[in-house]
Amino acid sequence: MNPLIEARNLVRIYEVRKGPFSRPQPVRAVDDISLSVMPGETLGIVGESGSGKSTLGRMLLGIDPAQGGEILFEGHPMPPLRSAEWRALRARIQLVYQDPLAALDRRLTISAQIGEPLDIHQTGGKEERIARVRELMDVVGLRTDQAGRYPHELSGGQRQRAVIARALAARPSLLVCDEPVSALDVSIQAQVVNMLRDLQEQNGIAMVFISHDLKVVRNIADRVAVMYLGKIVEEGSADTIFHSPRHPYTQALVSSMPIPGKRLQSRVILQGEPPNPAARPSGCAFHPRCPLATDVCRRKTPDLRPVGADRTAACHLVTAGTAMAA
Amino acid sequence: MSTATPNLVELRDLRVAFDGVQVLHGIDLDIAHGEAVGLVGESGCGKSVTWLAALGLLPGKASVTGSVRLEGKELSGAPRSALETVRGKRIAMIFQDPSSSLNPVLRIGRQLTEALAIHRGLSGEAGKAEALRLMDLVGIPDPRNRFGQYAHEFSGGQCQRLMIAMALAGEPDLLIADEPTTALDATIQAQILDLLVQLRSETGMALVFISHDLGAVSQVCDRVCVMYAGRIVEQGTVDQLFSEPRHPYTRGLFDAIPRLDGPRQRLVPIPGTVPNPKELPIGCSFSPRCAHATRFCQTNQPRLLHQPDGRSLACVNPIEALQAGVQQAKILEETMQ
Repeated sequence: MNPLIEARNLVRIYEVRKGPFSRPQPVRAVDDISLSVMPGETLGIVGESGSGKSTLGRMLLGIDPAQGGEILFEGHPMPPLRSAEWRALRARIQLVYQDPLAALDRRLTISAQIGEPLDIHQTGGKEERIARVRELMDVVGLRTDQAGRYPHELSGGQRQRAVIARALAARPSLLVCDEPVSALDVSIQAQVVNMLRDLQEQNGIAMVFISHDLKVVRNIADRVAVMYLGKIVEEGSADTIFHSPRHPYTQALVSSMPIPGKRLQSRVILQGEPPNPAARPSGCAFHPRCPLATDVCRRKTPDLRPVGADRTAACHLVTAGTAMAA
Repeated sequence: MSTATPNLVELRDLRVAFDGVQVLHGIDLDIAHGEAVGLVGESGCGKSVTWLAALGLLPGKASVTGSVRLEGKELSGAPRSALETVRGKRIAMIFQDPSSSLNPVLRIGRQLTEALAIHRGLSGEAGKAEALRLMDLVGIPDPRNRFGQYAHEFSGGQCQRLMIAMALAGEPDLLIADEPTTALDATIQAQILDLLVQLRSETGMALVFISHDLGAVSQVCDRVCVMYAGRIVEQGTVDQLFSEPRHPYTRGLFDAIPRLDGPRQRLVPIPGTVPNPKELPIGCSFSPRCAHATRFCQTNQPRLLHQPDGRSLACVNPIEALQAGVQQAKILEETMQ
């Protein structure tokens, strides 16, 4: 099977000024990232704020242009931004944001917003569109009597359902979800996560699920990529990544998640903070916080390389086969 | 500590209404000296409002009734001057978003020394020395050089450390931390939780930890109160609640948390949504979402009652306990109706 979407050596550089008169400094938000998503597969992308995970998500949609590398959708290069081909392709790739209130138009009823992609992409006649909106509302668990409501009249969970219904309207093959459940309460979060999984099983949609919440990603993703400062530091199946993380950063991340009912004990608590992307440390970007860093880590940037069956890691100290002490 | 009551703070029948809409329906809560209590619940359940009301920090349109006692001294309805000797000094509070709690146009050192001057009467060199000690205590590297910096020059985690330092300036007996780690990254969150645990053991202050994150709560607290729609529905030690939740809402909340260990699983949500405070059900507020609810639950409001094992529970049809003598509360409840 061929990948649905494939990214090769993507680079995104932002120019950041420290003050009004200072010279702009390049910040590599996404630094040489390659990944692929199979049809119907869910790729989880985890990382802390500033790791470049949202930028990567926007690049997959083509709304943030890449300075280097290329994106292939079903084997074809992504058409240039705002071209007619790109607009047509956008029906196949949809984005779900974190904040549903900001993603919805406050002056349009939710049924009008769910139906908007159908109008834009000229799908079916008027009757058909109305029927499709009803069907979509039913699929995401909104009641038909809520069709005439405005976003402020709905709860946070219902709004996110409306955003997802709108994203599904044009029958996309890929859904990029950027922190879709982070703003929701746990009981509602579980409802939305289950719904996304059901939708995926029924329609075979592929998903890129971006989140800082490892617990949610663990229960939705087939594969997981861990990002640190614009680079993927470890990638593998969700089962192996969470069961036996190999990269020291992934190990710390997994260990830092508080487990309900357990006291603080024997956790790997990282010292320091994620570095400023504008002042990237030499060598491995994680070395100032890494408990295992050696000389070579300070000098040489590690490449992402295979460290076992179907998994890769970017660390000098992780080699194929050798298990590292956590 | 040699006061008549062993409790530091006692809330009795605390009620809050905004524009006639009741959002807090009588909270009874005791905080002992040096104790760490967690308040958990979903957004809008009243966990933050409880403490804002207790400290008189709600806007004027809120009507607050009930009693708030600090070592036996009544705070509810006390004049502003009396409250100001308590706020920041005896009871300090930190909030979710540290960068909006700090003044962006004042240097950090000035903000810290201001708190020290107000609460401890320290000024000049003494104030500066103490401020530097506090910065060091909360883990700000190189405090001497960072003393003159502004809030935007610190990261989110460091801003939260500074907020904690400022809260500690008055050497409070109780620190109220309202979602202190929610806005922070996972690895930084772990650092701040660690810091709170360490500071509590060093200073012996009591801690109220308000959070929707049950994982974070169980790492720093001894006791947990679960709140739903403006009421405490279950209260007990961390071990009790996590090993054997009795209230269907507590159980639902635990089941809804995705697990990191084990295989990929389907999540277990609680059906429905939190009720609108304007249209609360007549009976138990949780009854429309509850699998255990009976007709009785839909018409009768359960009270928070002490259980033989030391916890409190407000449920007529709780999840069966493992020990004997569990029906007691149920029978008691029925006889009271």
